[in-house]
Amino acid sequence: MLKGLKADLHVHTCLSPCAQVKLSPLAVVKQATALGVDVVGICDHNSAENAEAALEAARGRGVCVLPGMEVSSSEEVHILGLFDTLQSARSLQEIVYRNLPGENDEKTFGLQVVANADDEVLGFNQKLLIGSTTLGVDQIVDTIRSLGGLAVAAHIDRESFSLISQLGFVPDDLALDALEISPDLSHAEAINRYDPSLPLIQSSDAHKVEEVGRCCTVFSVETASIDELRMALREQDGRGIIR
Amino acid sequence: MMTLTEVAESLGLELLTSKGTDDVEVSGGYTCDLLSNVMGHGEPGNLWITMQTHQNILAVARLKELAGIVVVNGRRPDEETLRKADEENVAVLGTDESAFSLSGRLYRLLE
Repeated sequence: MLKGLKADLHVHTCLSPCAQVKLSPLAVVKQATALGVDVVGICDHNSAENAEAALEAARGRGVCVLPGMEVSSSEEVHILGLFDTLQSARSLQEIVYRNLPGENDEKTFGLQVVANADDEVLGFNQKLLIGSTTLGVDQIVDTIRSLGGLAVAAHIDRESFSLISQLGFVPDDLALDALEISPDLSHAEAINRYDPSLPLIQSSDAHKVEEVGRCCTVFSVETASIDELRMALREQDGRGIIR
Repeated sequence: MMTLTEVAESLGLELLTSKGTDDVEVSGGYTCDLLSNVMGHGEPGNLWITMQTHQNILAVARLKELAGIVVVNGRRPDEETLRKADEENVAVLGTDESAFSLSGRLYRLLE
């Protein structure tokens, strides 16, 4: 049976150096639950190390967590990869880590806190997560898709780190599932401005607790699986997006 | 005005595509890695200096009628992009120099 699921598919945690330290995986889940968000995509910069804690924190709380990542391409384009399983997210992470040069400078960029589901600090990631991989945008999208994930161009309306800002327009041979717009503009404005050839989603890109769920996309699906979300984006078998 | 052939020779740029450059006039230069910005501000006849190698650079060059694209820092577009550049008649050149130093030398050359 189809139901409307409110999804915020782009949420950071304290693992992202630019996010609040108090934005723990547990804090994300609690905030999502409080706001009635059904699905949360955990997309830290170039890492999925807090996805497990978010999955665990979500157990029994009525919110579904999708493990994911916001990967930075060599062109400095941000691409979201969302998965059904932690294993797939980790496979992407392995490839990203192999192609991500540099070490974090905590004083300049911020802490990269790896936490567990009980808000305890497990350690600090030392990689330069704020940096860009040496992987081209095509390679990243193809890798996400080959791992069964949903590939989304992040915040295309932003003046930096977006597909449009970096590459001028959406390359027609890129195997993206969707384009994401930020909370800064409405769906109608986005349609008017971009006349997109791909489905649009909108999410919070939350870096602070109070930003989680501030902007969502409602999917009409049976369950919160990647396959179902993809069918909704393609408007197949009665699935769709509710505006 | 100088032709792209003369500019490439003077600055030691390597031509990576097969398009003839003798009849291409270089009116000036534009240095930027954001394609959206080049689409807004590039002028016809500009030689575009960038380190972006994504295939979208070809469409931007055609759209803005740029004289050509110089990819700096020793980076090279992949074979597919160069093949497409030939198809679309866009001149792509390469150099090991940085955007800063190449821009400076191009500026002096065209002054």
